[in-house]
Amino acid sequence: MSAAQDLESLSAKFGADVVVTKEFRGESTISVKLGVLHDVLATAKNDHGYIMIIDISSLDHFGEDPRFEMVYELATLDDSKHLRVKAKVSEDEEVPTATDVWLGADWHEREVYDMMGIRFSGHPNLKRILMWEGYPFHPLRKDFPLAGRPSDMPDVAFTGVAPLEGGPFVTCAGTNDSVKREPRARTMD
Amino acid sequence: MVSDSLQTAHAAYDSKVEGNVIITRVDAAMNWMRKNSMWPMPMGLACCAIEMMAAACSRFDLSRFGMEVMRFSPRQADVMIVAGTVTYKMALAVKRVWDQMPEPKWCIAMGACASSGGMYRSYAVLQGIDQLIPVDVYISGCPPRPEALIEGLMKIQRKIEGDHALENQKKEFFEDHA
Repeated sequence: MSAAQDLESLSAKFGADVVVTKEFRGESTISVKLGVLHDVLATAKNDHGYIMIIDISSLDHFGEDPRFEMVYELATLDDSKHLRVKAKVSEDEEVPTATDVWLGADWHEREVYDMMGIRFSGHPNLKRILMWEGYPFHPLRKDFPLAGRPSDMPDVAFTGVAPLEGGPFVTCAGTNDSVKREPRARTMD
Repeated sequence: MVSDSLQTAHAAYDSKVEGNVIITRVDAAMNWMRKNSMWPMPMGLACCAIEMMAAACSRFDLSRFGMEVMRFSPRQADVMIVAGTVTYKMALAVKRVWDQMPEPKWCIAMGACASSGGMYRSYAVLQGIDQLIPVDVYISGCPPRPEALIEGLMKIQRKIEGDHALENQKKEFFEDHA
């Protein structure tokens, strides 16, 4: 079965809980509601052969509600087909962990938690993986400035603000013209 | 035949010792020994470490300067080469290693990242190791070539030459007997 057929099969099974399915240049994406996310992932693995989790990632749609979106990249072991599963998450929701489906999801979810601050329910070891325990921010959120914010944990770690001097280029998603989308630097409060 | 008067003049002369005696200042002797046996603590954190390894290998050959003995224990090292990007997560580990090095000690900030944060103007990177530990020599480059590292080490050698080694080492003794 191809990935496109898998999309149809998953859509038929989960019905109204599937938000949208999309085929774009050979990439198959299915967006589902958070409530069935875990079931969709388990079905994809058990019934459709996606036994490998390539990556778990997240998006910050700052200013929208729900704010975050989880992205799961699945593949079969022989690499014959790929599937992308998405689910939107609001700021006060927790995502059911995928570690019981793929053990490899462990560190990916820790990275998402560290960088974006999305919490996973049922994760065996949900702590930061890149920054240190006690760091007060989640750096990949849109409202976190690239230059960083000062923080201090005596004898553990500290951070300062990097001098950006008007650069580097940043981009903002949206439909604005290129001058507005790509300011020299973006200032955050 | 040697005359009596000449023999008297060379009463202290001992042919067995001649050639093995050097007259110098204690400072100069200590500095000479120190500068020719600087053991580096290789704090390799990024791509600069590759150039540092190259500098230690046979083509550039740091051993010509007595510096080939890379010591991975800070307690045996004299000069710390901070080679690479110092992230905040690593910063206090670098400081801790530095604190374990015995005096006298020197520090080289090798490359743009260790000197100033380099191109990493970001929340995760310490903007120059000199915010944490005193740096003797900054080496520019991204990464610097091994020649530049050798030049930096020679700069430290020159710095050591001007040191008041004995005075610094026996400070308390001199103060007590002043």
